[in-house]
Amino acid sequence: MTAILAAEGVTRRFAPRVTLGDRIAAALGARVDRRAVQAVTDVSLAVTRGETLGLVGESGCGKSTLGRMLAGILPPSEGRVLLDGAPPMRAGHKTTTRIQTVFQDPFASLNPRQRIGEAIAEGPVSHGLVTRAAAPKLAADWLARVGLDPAYAQRFPHQFSGGQRQRVAIARALAMQPEVLVCDEPVASLDVSIQAQVLNLFLELHRALGLTCLFISHDLAVVRHVSDRVAVMYLGRIVEIGEAATVYAAPRHPYTRGLLASVPKLSLDGAAVEFQPIRGELPSPLSPPAGCAFHPRCPAATDVCRAQRPALSPRADGTLVACHHA
Amino acid sequence: MTAPLLDVRDLRTEFHTRAGVLRAVNGVSFTLARGEILGLVGESGSGKSVTGFSLLGLVDPPGRIAGGSISFEGQELVGLPPARLRELRGKRIAMIFQDPAATLNPVLTVGAQMALAVQAHGGGGDRAARDLAARSLARVGIPDAVTRLDAYPHEFSGGMRQRVAIAIALLHQPDLIVADEPTTALDVSIQAQILAEMKALARENGTALVWISHDLATVSSLADRVLVMYAGRIVESGPVAQVLRAPLHPYTRGLLDSLPAMGRPGEMLAQIPGSTPSLLSLPPGCPFAPRCPRADAACAQDPPVVGTEGRMALCHHPLT
Repeated sequence: MTAILAAEGVTRRFAPRVTLGDRIAAALGARVDRRAVQAVTDVSLAVTRGETLGLVGESGCGKSTLGRMLAGILPPSEGRVLLDGAPPMRAGHKTTTRIQTVFQDPFASLNPRQRIGEAIAEGPVSHGLVTRAAAPKLAADWLARVGLDPAYAQRFPHQFSGGQRQRVAIARALAMQPEVLVCDEPVASLDVSIQAQVLNLFLELHRALGLTCLFISHDLAVVRHVSDRVAVMYLGRIVEIGEAATVYAAPRHPYTRGLLASVPKLSLDGAAVEFQPIRGELPSPLSPPAGCAFHPRCPAATDVCRAQRPALSPRADGTLVACHHA
Repeated sequence: MTAPLLDVRDLRTEFHTRAGVLRAVNGVSFTLARGEILGLVGESGSGKSVTGFSLLGLVDPPGRIAGGSISFEGQELVGLPPARLRELRGKRIAMIFQDPAATLNPVLTVGAQMALAVQAHGGGGDRAARDLAARSLARVGIPDAVTRLDAYPHEFSGGMRQRVAIAIALLHQPDLIVADEPTTALDVSIQAQILAEMKALARENGTALVWISHDLATVSSLADRVLVMYAGRIVESGPVAQVLRAPLHPYTRGLLDSLPAMGRPGEMLAQIPGSTPSLLSLPPGCPFAPRCPRADAACAQDPPVVGTEGRMALCHHPLT
């Protein structure tokens, strides 16, 4: 198994922009808070060619930031991202077309004044993958491939429903003939019946094209459905990563366990559903807890958890877990 | 059998737009018993939120309630003067919205706006109002409630803000709470906390709850009965377990089968083809027919009600 895309100890900080007001306040002697938010801390992972790696976590856990770094559209503050051994970006700019991204809100990623056919063919034409003359054919082919009428190439984004727009976004990303597709919450804003259509399309194209995928979502059921392996993030770090079937059947990290127990399940037998929610809230990433970041919410936390950060270490079945007690 | 707390008959809510009349709620009928939790499920545009808003008389022009009846403890709410509605709203019927940031006043402390809500319904002096507010905050699991009264909404996290909204809804111990996607914007671990608390609070106080959601799983873990809406109509209703285990309407079946949780990982999900119809130009007959695997010529006619009021579907060809 060869890794096509890898992160090696990547960290990403976001420092607050210093405004004129801040500078005046500082000049007047006020204390201005310039603490940086560390969105992702020291993450290493490898995505194997042809697999779908699911990345789950709650808001603010750093999954989108990690996804953007792996997609080569956000430089890490520390560490490096490697696509087949070479960084996908140089001097703050993406230098490869081999990774493409599909975002949550397809309306925000499509130019409202550009016809859909042009939006799909724009990238391939400017990168010389097809000639300008062949562009309409390319757009029509991809529209058909994602289940839309090729005649829609003449339409504008607002003439499409949310699900159709997400199909367009997928067509647009795949028209670049990428090897790696990074999907950031691609179905989060879709209705259930439309979500199933887009997930099916995703599974079908993933297989047909032999793509490698990073699939980011907060929805545990969706990630389970599409992923071969899954990584669970909490407060900027991966706390558990392994085969999806193993992680879902036997979660090791108390956070993974709590998260899975929190998902409302369909109760088909009419039995009363009792929740065992994770207590407490996500700590501020401005001041993460010492030791294991999950310890203030963890039912199994002991002194060692408060003092020492657990390393991500392998277990017998290949799952990596960052917990002193798992 | 005692009279229901809420009896909605043939409710019709329309929006008059430049493009025509949009029938968002198209003949909805249901009842709700005291202390009952009712799930109202549907996709975007199904009319579930507008139904909820109609119950509280919160439909603003160009929308209006065009027909039907909403009877709350025998009192007709449709056509009730705004002043009378205001007396009920917040006191006997409360609402919780999806986005608490949009419902809380950002420039008032939580305590100040809770006191306003208390005193709007004659809740006594400032001291009493503050005490009531603190008790209500404590009841929804906000630690250190008395101190938190002096905090502004932005000082709370999303989950805590939704708790504040719930605490406001609970202030007067209403008989009915209408909750519109109250946990949709929250993370799963916080959602689980709020669901567990809502369930306990409704049981403790005997509050009836209309829980509006697109998420069948959330509803199944919370509600006693469920209404499934499609294109402005209730297409199926019944006890949650029965509806989920043996749905009568092909739409409900399709919704369940679309859930990744119902499929095998990596395999194609059973999908409903097409998308929801525009409510501006609904063709006659069953609105689900163009997407329905069981549709035939009969579906061009309005579908009949099958079953009884307790367990019904609106379909020519129900599943059995």
